[in-house]
Amino acid sequence: MDEPESAKISMTRSSEAVPSPAGQPPKTNGAQSKDMRGRPRRRADAIFRMLVQGSGVVLLVIMAAIAVFLILQAIPALKADTTNFLTTLNWAPDSTPSSFGIAALAFGSLLTSLLALVMSVPVAVGVALAISHYAPRWLAGPLAYVVDLLAAVPSVVFGLWGLIYLVPSIIGPSKFLSTYFGFIPLFETNGTYGKSVFAASVVLAVMIIPIIAAISREIFVQTPRDHIEAAWAIGATKWEMVRTAILPYGRSGVVSATVLGFGRAIGETIAVALVLSANYEISLHILQPGGNTIAANIANRYGEAGGIGRGALIASGLVLFVITLIVNFGARAIVRRGEREGA
Amino acid sequence: MAQAVEVKAGNSRLIRAQLSRRFLAAIAAGAIAVTFALFIATPLHGLVGFVLVAAVLYVVAQTVISNVVEGRRAAMNRLVTSVVVVCACAAVLPLVAVLGFTVIKGSAVLDLSFLTHTMRGVAEQDPYGGIYHAIIGTLEQVGLATLLAVPFGLLVAIYLVEYSTGRLGRIVSFFVDVMTGLPSIVAGLFIFALWILALGQSFSGFAGSLALAILMLPTVVRSAEEMLKIVPDSLREGSYALGIPKWVTVVRIVLPTALAGIVTGVMLAIARVTGETAPLLLTVFGNPALNFNPFSGAQASLPLFVFGEAGLPNETAINRAWAAALVLILIVLVLNIMARVIARFAGVRS
Amino acid sequence: MAKSIQMKNVDIYYGKFHAVQDVNLSVPPRAVTAFIGPSGCGKSTVLRTMNRMHEVIPGARVEGRVELDGEDIYRPAVDPVEVRRAVGMVFQRPNPFPTMSIRDNVVAGLKLQGVRNKSHLEEVTERSLRGANLWNEVKDRLGRPGGSLSGGQQQRLCIARAIAVQPEILLMDEPCSALDPISTLAIEELMGELKKDYTIVIVTHNMQQAARVSDQTGFFNLKAAGQPGRLIELDNTEKIFSNPTEKATEDYISGRFG
Repeated sequence: MDEPESAKISMTRSSEAVPSPAGQPPKTNGAQSKDMRGRPRRRADAIFRMLVQGSGVVLLVIMAAIAVFLILQAIPALKADTTNFLTTLNWAPDSTPSSFGIAALAFGSLLTSLLALVMSVPVAVGVALAISHYAPRWLAGPLAYVVDLLAAVPSVVFGLWGLIYLVPSIIGPSKFLSTYFGFIPLFETNGTYGKSVFAASVVLAVMIIPIIAAISREIFVQTPRDHIEAAWAIGATKWEMVRTAILPYGRSGVVSATVLGFGRAIGETIAVALVLSANYEISLHILQPGGNTIAANIANRYGEAGGIGRGALIASGLVLFVITLIVNFGARAIVRRGEREGA
Repeated sequence: MAQAVEVKAGNSRLIRAQLSRRFLAAIAAGAIAVTFALFIATPLHGLVGFVLVAAVLYVVAQTVISNVVEGRRAAMNRLVTSVVVVCACAAVLPLVAVLGFTVIKGSAVLDLSFLTHTMRGVAEQDPYGGIYHAIIGTLEQVGLATLLAVPFGLLVAIYLVEYSTGRLGRIVSFFVDVMTGLPSIVAGLFIFALWILALGQSFSGFAGSLALAILMLPTVVRSAEEMLKIVPDSLREGSYALGIPKWVTVVRIVLPTALAGIVTGVMLAIARVTGETAPLLLTVFGNPALNFNPFSGAQASLPLFVFGEAGLPNETAINRAWAAALVLILIVLVLNIMARVIARFAGVRS
Repeated sequence: MAKSIQMKNVDIYYGKFHAVQDVNLSVPPRAVTAFIGPSGCGKSTVLRTMNRMHEVIPGARVEGRVELDGEDIYRPAVDPVEVRRAVGMVFQRPNPFPTMSIRDNVVAGLKLQGVRNKSHLEEVTERSLRGANLWNEVKDRLGRPGGSLSGGQQQRLCIARAIAVQPEILLMDEPCSALDPISTLAIEELMGELKKDYTIVIVTHNMQQAARVSDQTGFFNLKAAGQPGRLIELDNTEKIFSNPTEKATEDYISGRFG
């Protein structure tokens, strides 16, 4: 008889912090005698269990269905394609003979996302450090809040901003780069500037900074005090403390955040569709107009697509799906390895 | 011995040459002056460029001088601190720019008439028209998606926290993660392939809701899962000890305890999908006229409206896009702020 | 090399919270000084002001003078990084850097100072590990991670890391509280050897330990919960444990409270 008593005490104590369940124990206590007779209670429990477990299974079914239906709807178009889907550059699925391929799109997706990572990861890690260890406390909270808000801005708004403001104002720096660093193939141009891969990458970078920063910050603040104090105690400067204690501890977290950011960048559709002027070439000249991505191509070509065209877009979406799957598996594997190393 | 040290305290080991604040301010002033000179002498121009050049000059000068006066370690420390400050500014700047532009451009067009009219029969260069139809569409689509995703997501979260033990639980949890990384355009393609191509349904608000629900689901599951996990076990044990069956415990004791946190998570999920454009493009399609019925026929939505008007080569249309973007941002930010207020009010971490 | 410490009218605050009030004490060189007292009485806080480690906690500040052989370590011109180099510290839980090898842990401080000379680093590694009575146990596996050692070995590794930069003073914050009795004994023996070269200040919960290892002992207490901690008395260890001046010390030593 001791046990329920103490249990009740612990319940009321814990529920002080929360509004609702106070005063419930006596009520359910009364209902319990009915349920104690056996079957009805157990049946209700079993039904509830089946309900929640069934929901889990349905979630798996949805994931499977995504793969299955994309494949089913892509097959007819892939059959109609007279050229090699993996190596063809152009996208003319509805013309006769039908010819389309993923090569230029996949290249463009990887190029814009990688450039976005190059620009965003250092900044994101810097922001994460600013919030976790550099900013004074009165500033760290608001700064974290602002970065979170940045993550909440819809991608179409970023696209609009990129199209109207960023594209014109990036022409100057682009000219500067191509004039003085044009000998680097990346910065070579045909003399025109504007809706370029570079502009799209900047927009993507801005969009994924908050994601990478949030995950990195979370792992940085978890660095054990022990490690930090050990660094201080041997006479480290602040940067040396960060380098010996925080960065080694947060490394795997930053890597997986980077991979997740990459996944987000490569799947981003609308912002890129607005900022890129689509073409179907493989080119490293990131400062001149052109470039394309799988996702942006779907948004741009969807409205005009006929039967084969729609199937072709679904096929390209399937490729995107597979890429993001690989990226996510990679991120998880990194996190798991990080946990195992206990770093 | 104490006396000996007293004497040499002047060049004590504890003291190191340090740059004073005044000296650092002088470096900053120098950097700005040199930038001025550069901007007069060379074709460089623009405020952003000025700030950038001045900042770079300052950091370089500070590092070099510190290296000479304070030594390598202190110089490195100062350099990294400066870089961190620059990074923080670089992250905040785009938000200020995006919000600033949207508010300035959007508020010029936004008025009551803009909120209460549709685009039916309005050509791109016409200075009237509005987003009434788009607001209705977005509310219906997001509302339906929430109705679909929240109960479903809650059940999955309850399964993962309260019931899952073995392999199935791990697999479900794994695929929730995979779903988190699903690009929104792929969710749209899936509903398009299933609902419209395979099942032969038409474009509709509901088709969009299905796609949005898929995107909401993992967010809802993960946030609900976290909240259920922090419900103390003593609460569950206390309930079991009174002979209360498990499902009643979960529904009447665990869920209410975690409620505020779950609501926060749901609101953040709603905020996220409210701004989604890509999946709606493939499922809702867009419509210049008002369509109240989300179950039949193409509908409009705010993000689609912004996308459509932004793509038109006309100043008037683009101004409409800014105004709609402003409304969209306001909705999303209000949802976000409300979620945080609830989280703070109820004392849960978001 | 070893220096003395003087604290004059030291008050320590965390934000508005007055943690420690009016501490005056003198720590002689080449001796072990132990701080004892009930939990929360500020003895660790006082220890941390001796190498400005408490500054790591936002809002912490110190009033009064803390002197190293007469030199105030809180003067504006003083660099806390240099203070910590001169005053080494060993913590409650052994905290070797997990991603570094045993060797790299020992010379971490030197490497930060820019020492790159391999043979010099080797020399310091051996001397410090010998100084910490760990050399014979690890000399064949210096490349293994520091986390692969047992708890007691890790703590001695941390001591080796602290003495590798040749500090003048060694602060130990309950260095044995996470260790088993055998490892504790090893550390206590080590302290006896280290005090030939270093000034040692140790905080301990264990009165027997204070009695075993220290030359002088300080007793800290607080009047009531929420009140700042104070140094009740500081005297030769023998006197503290046999014939303390203050009644509160006697009550604590005889186990009547705390």
